[in-house]
Amino acid sequence: MERLLDNRNVLGLLFLLPAALLLLLFLTYPLGLGTWLGFTDVKIGRAGEFVGLDNFRFLAGDAVALLSVFNTFFYTLVASVLKFVLGLWLAVLLNERLPFKAFFRAVVLLPFIVPTALSAIAFWWIYDAQFSVISWTLMKLGLIDRYIDFLGDPWMARYSTIAANVWRGVPFIAICLLAGLQTIAPSLYEAAALDGASGWQRFRHVTLPLLTPIIAVVMTFSVLFTFTDFQLIYVLTRGGPLNSTHLMATLSFQRAISGGALGEGAALATAMVPFLLAAILFSYFGLQRRAWQQGGADR
Amino acid sequence: MSRIKRRDFLKASAGAAAGAAVGPFVWAGSAHAQWSNSPEKGAKLRVLRWKRFVQGDEDAYMANVKKFSDRYGIEVRVDHEGWEDVRPKAAVAANTGAGPDIILSTNDDANLYPDKLVDVTDLAEYLGKKYGGWYPVCQQYLRPDGRRWIGVPLGAAGNCLVYRDSQVKAAGFSSFPRDNAGFLRLMQALKEKGTPGGFALGNATGDGNTWTHWLLWSHGGRLVNEKNEVVIDSPETIRALEYAKQLYATFVPGTLSWLDPNNNKAFLDGQVSVTCNGISVYYAAKNSQDPKIKELASDIQHANMPIGPVGVPTEFNLFFNQMIFRYSKYPRAAKEFIRFMMEEEQYGAWMQAGIGYVTHPLVAYEKNPIWTVDPKHTPYRDSMKVMRPGGWPGRLGYASAGAIADFIVVNMVAEAASGSKSPKEAAERAQKRAERYYKV
Repeated sequence: MERLLDNRNVLGLLFLLPAALLLLLFLTYPLGLGTWLGFTDVKIGRAGEFVGLDNFRFLAGDAVALLSVFNTFFYTLVASVLKFVLGLWLAVLLNERLPFKAFFRAVVLLPFIVPTALSAIAFWWIYDAQFSVISWTLMKLGLIDRYIDFLGDPWMARYSTIAANVWRGVPFIAICLLAGLQTIAPSLYEAAALDGASGWQRFRHVTLPLLTPIIAVVMTFSVLFTFTDFQLIYVLTRGGPLNSTHLMATLSFQRAISGGALGEGAALATAMVPFLLAAILFSYFGLQRRAWQQGGADR
Repeated sequence: MSRIKRRDFLKASAGAAAGAAVGPFVWAGSAHAQWSNSPEKGAKLRVLRWKRFVQGDEDAYMANVKKFSDRYGIEVRVDHEGWEDVRPKAAVAANTGAGPDIILSTNDDANLYPDKLVDVTDLAEYLGKKYGGWYPVCQQYLRPDGRRWIGVPLGAAGNCLVYRDSQVKAAGFSSFPRDNAGFLRLMQALKEKGTPGGFALGNATGDGNTWTHWLLWSHGGRLVNEKNEVVIDSPETIRALEYAKQLYATFVPGTLSWLDPNNNKAFLDGQVSVTCNGISVYYAAKNSQDPKIKELASDIQHANMPIGPVGVPTEFNLFFNQMIFRYSKYPRAAKEFIRFMMEEEQYGAWMQAGIGYVTHPLVAYEKNPIWTVDPKHTPYRDSMKVMRPGGWPGRLGYASAGAIADFIVVNMVAEAASGSKSPKEAAERAQKRAERYYKV
């Protein structure tokens, strides 16, 4: 027994066991079960049978489900791009020499610290058709003559929910990229400056290549969070108006829990997995190009 | 003889008691109603119910629970959850065979798992006999086969038109119109006066479904027929949607985004003159600490939903049931609990504390003075008498529950009203969506 415990491999496995068990129990099992449910016609309160691809066929012919797929892609794409641009900009700004740096860095993180459900409720009031503070201010300034219908018009609602998501997501990206920026050796910038590189050239040829690995990781996370967003939509619109902000996650909940069609909801949730995998693979292979980062050409 | 006397007494006391505390009333009951039951020894009960909409409800309910515990020596634990969260919890309890002994849930929940519920026919019949019978909708919900009761009705959150009396008068209407045509004229006049009304058209589970079902049914449209065949794409539906379009033109801006709380907020802030809601708006105004809102209470009036071309009331209200689950170790104690809570002594006091937020399911409770002590309560009295179940007139179950949860009717009305789809297109889309549920 003692000799067994002295064995590095055995001991290693033993130490891994708790983590592995946790992962199996709380990650692999629910994911597997959810996937399995997607292939059954199980209802809440009633066991189901294996129905093959029936749920997926059903969803493929369902106008609301297809709209939710479109909404999800639109939401993810626009929000992620905005978050990246604003996040990078903020990170570069915070990396400069500016007074009260620590204070600003802490403040920037605030939106990320506030629980999503709470900030969503704040946005719900900000966007309210009758009580919006934005509309109120603009009215008082005489810039508009009626309240803005932030959540009542399909496209307005899409942009409004995206704006709320961006507000919440930017700090995460900014802080992560800031950490990345600080690992770039100042000597590289000095060398570039000696070579006569302009500010933009320094950014383009020094900062960006060296930041790419971090960007890849951060944006992968960001896309995953955005794609699977739920709380914000649930509080702000419940998928309305006219289902124009229903994301796959919110529609999945509506079908599975409120509507009782657990199988169908699980299928819709499962349908998100390939897209998520694609996003991960894209960032893995597309953005982590080592050769390019080291000044070589892509092969 | 005794009945006439009681009525006279009620009329007199109701008239005199305007504004004063509400007195108890006594229902003689039927001599035939017999009840014998002996709760299990050492029984303990767990009850899960929806969280109150008006504070008085919870206070009086818990007082009754305490009274029950004191009298029977049975410990009762009551958990309160948001009403939309009770549904999945109840379903999981039914599925796994563990959870609260009694669940107070909504609409057609009991029809999703009738086999998991304790047969309460004896209790329902006893209460029905004693208190003048159940309203028809109770049977449609909880006695699906016409013989066996799978739950005991608790009541319904009645919905009426809540309006500002002064603004309706200013628009040139001395009384609230009773039919759809008059209602539309009123809404148009209110819009013209700059005091528009508004009704929820977002994915609002409660308020959205309530008024859009009224609208559909009042024109003779319906989602399914008696054989559960989807028939929503019909000339009647188109007429309802054309009416909705005209009505929507009079609404305050933003109703497409309205969820359940929006109309309450907008009304209490004086931004809408008419909306469709439970008595909770009035309750909130009356009990507000803000003198401005408190003043609003005197201007609030209620009216029943107008009668459409079909000529009969076509209301849809949030129905509340009480279910005992088969897995309960103490089904007899659970029955005793529900009986106790439904008896006049407890139920009447509970009604009064909630100023009628929950409309009674038993005919005799029409006589409860809460309905007459303030004339503003009266329209809510008949909410259960005239209402229809969600999947009316089809069978209730997964299809009807799924169709409501997916906002098929709400979305259809919103699409047509806002002009994003023509009435015909909206009806066709609803037909397709509903067919998917009713095929399963």
